Amino acid sequence: MGKEKGSELLLKATKINKSFGDFSANKDIDIDIAKGEIHALLGENGAGKSTLVKIFYGVLKPDTGSIEINNKEVSISSPNSARKNGIGMVFQHFSLFPALTVAENILIALDEKVKFKDLISEISKLSKEWELFVDPLKRVSELSVGEQQRVEIIRCLMQNPKLLIMDEPTSVLTPQEISNLFKILKRLASSGCSILYISHKLEEIIEIADQVTILKSGKSIATIDAKKTTTKFLAETMVGKEITALKKVNTKTSSKDIALELKNLNKPNETNFGISLKNINLQVNYGEILGIAGIAGNGQVELMEVLSGETITDNENEILLESIPIGFKDITERRQLGIETIPEERTLHATVPNLTISENTFLTYFSKYNKTDNIISNLLNNHQNSLIESEKILKDNDVRCPEVNPLANQLSGGNLQKFILGRSLANNPKVAIFSQPTWGVDIGAATSIRQKLLNLSQNEKAVILISQDLEEIFELSDQICVINNGTLSKIMPVDKVTAADVGLLMGGKLDIDSELEIIK
Amino acid sequence: MITFTPRDKVSKNWTIMGPALSIFFTVFFGLLIFALLGYDPLETLYQIFISPFSRIDRISDVFVKACPLIIIGIGLMLCFRANVWNIGAEGQFIMGTLLAGSFALLFPNVENKLLIFIMIFIGFVGGALWAFIPAILKTKLNVNEILVSLMLVYVAMLFIDFIVRGPLRDPMSFGFPLSKPYSDGALINKIPFPGIGYLGQLHYGVLFIVLLIPFSWLFVNKTLSGFKINVLGAAPKAARFAGFKQNAITITVLLISGGLAGVAGVIEVSANIGQLQPEVSFGYGFTAIIVAFLGRLNPVGILFAGIIIATVKLGADNAQMSMGIPKVVTGLFEGILLFFLLTGETLQKYKIKWSKVKK
Repeated sequence: MGKEKGSELLLKATKINKSFGDFSANKDIDIDIAKGEIHALLGENGAGKSTLVKIFYGVLKPDTGSIEINNKEVSISSPNSARKNGIGMVFQHFSLFPALTVAENILIALDEKVKFKDLISEISKLSKEWELFVDPLKRVSELSVGEQQRVEIIRCLMQNPKLLIMDEPTSVLTPQEISNLFKILKRLASSGCSILYISHKLEEIIEIADQVTILKSGKSIATIDAKKTTTKFLAETMVGKEITALKKVNTKTSSKDIALELKNLNKPNETNFGISLKNINLQVNYGEILGIAGIAGNGQVELMEVLSGETITDNENEILLESIPIGFKDITERRQLGIETIPEERTLHATVPNLTISENTFLTYFSKYNKTDNIISNLLNNHQNSLIESEKILKDNDVRCPEVNPLANQLSGGNLQKFILGRSLANNPKVAIFSQPTWGVDIGAATSIRQKLLNLSQNEKAVILISQDLEEIFELSDQICVINNGTLSKIMPVDKVTAADVGLLMGGKLDIDSELEIIK
Repeated sequence: MITFTPRDKVSKNWTIMGPALSIFFTVFFGLLIFALLGYDPLETLYQIFISPFSRIDRISDVFVKACPLIIIGIGLMLCFRANVWNIGAEGQFIMGTLLAGSFALLFPNVENKLLIFIMIFIGFVGGALWAFIPAILKTKLNVNEILVSLMLVYVAMLFIDFIVRGPLRDPMSFGFPLSKPYSDGALINKIPFPGIGYLGQLHYGVLFIVLLIPFSWLFVNKTLSGFKINVLGAAPKAARFAGFKQNAITITVLLISGGLAGVAGVIEVSANIGQLQPEVSFGYGFTAIIVAFLGRLNPVGILFAGIIIATVKLGADNAQMSMGIPKVVTGLFEGILLFFLLTGETLQKYKIKWSKVKK
C-alpha cells in the first residue's frame, strides 16, 4: 500500500454481512485498519456505519464474515470480549450515571477488580498524561458534555486499547472542544493506538483522518487516502450523485420591517429537567434569516415551545408580531396569524407515525375547515376534508410515497421532512421557525430544504433557524445569535462573526461585547 | 431465543389462521383440563359455548349480560385511546347507580316512565362526578389516574354498603341490607314480543347499545373530537403541536366513561334488580376493561367482545348448575380463552423467529 506510517495491519474485517429481517444493513464489507491510523467511516444516516462498529464492539453478531486482529481470527461475542481484544468504544450517547462521580462511573465499567484509591490515582495519571483534565472526584452531573466525553475516553484508556472507536464524537461539541478532541486523538494515534472515527461531517474527516472508508446503503464503496481528497469528492461519493449548490441571491435592502420580536421573555422551567429561558430579546425582520446556534439541550426546545404557542407566555407583551402582542395566543391562533413552526422531532411531534398523511395534514389544518355558521359540518370535521390538500403537498414537494395516502411511518426521514415543510409552507406563512430542519436527512433532501429556507427569505418572509449545525447556520443566516443555558446572545450580522466566536458563545465562556472588542 | 418482528402488512393467511388456531388451542386445552379433572369434556364445552345459544331466550340473556359490559367498554375505549387509564369503572358504575337510585326512592309511587329517563341522566352525572376526582387530580396535580380511580372503587363499594344498611334501608326488609323497591316508573320493562311473550330477560335497556355502537363509531372515526382523542393517545406531543388541549381531552374522556359506567349501572339495576343492594355490579367495571381491549378499542369489536365474554360467563353458570363444575374451573377456562385470543392476535401482528443461542 505504501503508506508512510502504520503499514502493519491491526484489524482486518472480511465480507461482513448483517441483516435485520429483510433489510440488509451490511453487505460484504471489507475494511483494513492499520496500527496507529485514524480511519474514518463516512456515510449517510442508515448507510450501515453504526451496525458495523457495533459488530466490532461485540454488541451485534455478524451473520457471516471474519474479523482478524493482528493476523489472528477472533470471535467478538460481547463488549467484554471486544475489550479483551483491545477494542474500546465511545458511544454517541454517553452511558454515564449523572449522580455518581467520575471515578465511580469508571469503576462500574471495569471488568477486573481494582482498589478505589489506586483507581483514582490511575485516573489522575491518565488525565495528566493525555491532557484530558478530568477530576476523578467530581460528579458527572456537574461536567460539560465535552468533559463527559473525556471521561468516556479515559474509561477506554484504562484498558490500554489497541483500537478506539468513536461514534459521531463531535455532534455535541463546540468548535473549541472539537479542536481539543482532535489534539487528543492525534496524540493517541501517534502513540500507536488506532482510531476508527465515525462521522458524516466531511471537513472533520479531511482534517483528522488518514484513511476514509465510505459506506453507502450497507456496502463499502471506496477506501480513500483522506489527505488527498476533497470534501466535494467525498460528498459526491457518499451520496452517489452530483450535489447542486445553493442559490443565494443577496437582496440587501437598507431597511426591513420588523416581523417578530421577543422582549425580555422569561419562562421558568416547568419540570426539573427543562431549561429556564432567561430574559430573551430577539428580533427578526422580513426578508431575513436569523440563525440561532447552540448545543442541544440549552433551551432550544423551550424556546421553540414559546415561539410556536405550545406554551403561552406569562406576559402577553413578551412576544410581538408586527408590534402587536401575541404572547397569549395559542398555537392554532398563531398559525392563523401566519406563524408556522417546524419542530425538531419529526415523528411523534410534527407528525403521528401511525396516522395517514391526510390525517397528519388535518392535524394542523383542521381549524381551516371550521365554519362559524354550520354546527353539523364542524362536528363532522374530519381528515377527509384534507385529502386533496395533502395530495397537493406531496406532489408539490416531490415527496416519494410507497402508496396513495401512506402512513407517516412509511416515509423515509427525508421524505417525511419534505412533507412537514410542505405542509407548513402551503399555509403561506409570514414567519417560519425551523428547528434542526436537516438533522438526519440525506444530503440531497437537505439541499432542497435549505434552498426552501432561502427562497422564503427572498420572498420577504421572516425565518428563524435553530440549528446545531454551524455550517448550516453560517451558510443560510443573515443574522446570528447563540443560545446557551437558556439565555440568548446579542444578535450579530453574519459577516461580523467567525465560527470561533460562535463556538465560544456556545460554550458560554465569554461575554460577547468584550469578545467582539477583541476581534476588532 | 425468540424474537418478535412486526409484520409490514397483516398477512392474509394469519387473519384466518390466527383466530382458527386460538379456537383450536382453547378447545384442546379446555378438553384436556376438564378430562383430567374428571368431567365429561365434550359436555362441558357444550355447556360453556353452545348452551347459551341453544334456546332463543338464552340468546337474549347473552345480550342482557353483555349490555353493561358493552356500555362500560365503549366509555373505557375513549379513555384508553387517549392513554388515560381509567381502572375505576366499577366504582363509577356503583356511584351512578346509587345517585340515580336514591333519586328514584324519593318518588315511591310514580308510574310515569319519564322517571327512568331522568334516572339515566342522573346516573350519568353520578358516574361522571366519581370519575371527575381522578380527572381533576391528574390534570391539576399530576396524580396517577390508575391509582386514584382504582382506589375509589373500594370507597364506592363501602359507601353503597353503608347507605343500604343505614339511611336507605327498607324498614320492611326484615333486617336485610336492601332499599325499598323502585316504583314502576323507575323500572325498565322486558320487551314483549307478540305471540311469544318475553324472551328471557330481554329488556328495553338493551336498545341503548343499538344506539350507542353506531354513535360511538361515528364519534371516534368521523369527528374532530374523536380525532383529538386518537392523536393524544398516539402522540401527546403531536397533540400539543396541533393545538389540542391535553387537559380538556383527559377530563372529557374520563367524564364520558364515568358517565357511561353510571348509565350501565342504572340500566342493569332498573331492569334486573329493581332496588338498591350492597352488591349491584358483580365486577362489570373490571370485566369491561378486558372487553374494551379484546374489542381492540373499536366499537364494533367491543360489541363482539362483550358478547363473547357474556357467553362464556353464562356458559360457566350453566356448567355449574347442570354439572356442578366449580366457578374456579370455568374461571380457569376463561383465562385459557383470553390467553389464546391474545396470542392469535399477536401472531397476526408479529413474525416470530426462533434462533439458537450460541455461547
